[in-house]
Amino acid sequence: MASALRFNHVTKTFAHRAGQMLLRDRLLDLARPSKRRSRFEALTDVSFALEAGESLGLIGANGAGKSTILNLATGLSLADQGSIDVSGRVTALLELGAGFHYDLTGAENLRVNAAMMGMTRQQVAERFESIVEFSGVREFLDEPMRVYSAGMTVRLAFSVAVAADPDVLLVDEVLGLGDQQFYAKCLGKIREFQSLGKTIVLASHSTELITMLCQRVLWLEKGRVKMEGGAEEVVAAYKASAA
Amino acid sequence: MKEPKWTGDYVFLFENLILKDFKIRYRNMSLGILWSLINPLVMMTVMTFLFGRVLGRDARDQPYPVFVLCGLVPFNFFTGALMTGATSIVDNAGLIKRVLVPREVIPVAAVLSNCVHLLIQFGLLLLLTVGFGLRPNIYWLWLPAIWALFVVFLCGLALGAAAINVYIRDTRYVLESFNMVLFWLVPIFYSFSIIPEKYAKIYQINPVAALVFAMRHILLEGVAPPMSLMLNLTIAASAALGLGLAIFRRLKPYFYEHI
Repeated sequence: MASALRFNHVTKTFAHRAGQMLLRDRLLDLARPSKRRSRFEALTDVSFALEAGESLGLIGANGAGKSTILNLATGLSLADQGSIDVSGRVTALLELGAGFHYDLTGAENLRVNAAMMGMTRQQVAERFESIVEFSGVREFLDEPMRVYSAGMTVRLAFSVAVAADPDVLLVDEVLGLGDQQFYAKCLGKIREFQSLGKTIVLASHSTELITMLCQRVLWLEKGRVKMEGGAEEVVAAYKASAA
Repeated sequence: MKEPKWTGDYVFLFENLILKDFKIRYRNMSLGILWSLINPLVMMTVMTFLFGRVLGRDARDQPYPVFVLCGLVPFNFFTGALMTGATSIVDNAGLIKRVLVPREVIPVAAVLSNCVHLLIQFGLLLLLTVGFGLRPNIYWLWLPAIWALFVVFLCGLALGAAAINVYIRDTRYVLESFNMVLFWLVPIFYSFSIIPEKYAKIYQINPVAALVFAMRHILLEGVAPPMSLMLNLTIAASAALGLGLAIFRRLKPYFYEHI
């Protein structure tokens, strides 16, 4: 099988206080180039390669770099060093309700989200019914999203994301908001994806979810790969270290 | 294997983003679409009263409400599209940080969604034009071409301003002041003929003023817009789009870090 997602010695840094974005700050930067903002490394020399059909879990404490890996793999930000390669279509579910607008109805958000994920008009027309069916929120489809619970929101988002038929699916934490029945559905979908040679990366604090859905696990600590291997083995080591 | 990159249906994406903007704006308004008409109608009435009745009028032989609206419609579109375009990247931080849509699409969709209001106001203008007894003429066919150039011009400005606004958040306040100044410098309530000759050149190279003049030539005087105006608009549109895209492309790799 061919590689589907590969990180080659990826380092990613962010500037401290990059949030200050007023004219004053820009002028100060220009006037005092020596006082350039210090940077911290969110990821340091991270490498891994996933074969098509594999699913990888990302675990680690807050700030360990899980979300940074997903953002880079999605193409939202750029690595400072190293390279990231993907093959095929990447679809990401990075935050609850990302890309949804709470004043629009579920059906309207479904269409906007599908278009943003790269689906064509015809694909949306063909898949609309199955997306709604899979999400299980048919009853609330014409209600504004602001009345949706977290669980309903993640159901709709996940249903659209899998309908976009990605080759690589990236999911950050959000699945934890679904109920048991939805887990079972996701699990079924993820198994189906695996058998079709699709690749999944899942970041979560729930080791239970990770072992249920992933074959391999990458354990991150302060932006570095602490351990990588089979799901059971890495999760056991992670739990032991946290205890 | 390659770098992550968005693929998909641009037309469908634009359509959805424009509709989204439009629905959000009107869903919370009981009068809905009428709001697009109320602002220009109120301004038109006030100006017609003030400049037509009180201060002694210019452009005596023309229906003043249509005259004013020929200035207000381009000005409203310019300020509306520029402001929503300039703040579009920061306002859509949720998309920039979490969804891989092509970044250029966001300011352009913001400008295009203002075209929906423009069409409504334009409908009002044409209705009033005919209502005041001015007949449609063959030169009306120029209108789509002129406006297409103006929309391209604004897409360019919006791209540049949106990218700069990510790095310098004061940009929007600068633009607000700029728009206020522009209100007086675009011939909305006065005509080209009263401008002293030594300043006429400045008016001719201002693309917003050029559009107003072109509109008045076509709708009020029933003549074709002068070629020099069309040339100015074409140059302004190409230059703005080229420069705007260049700025945007240069700054966009780091939007994520700065939002």
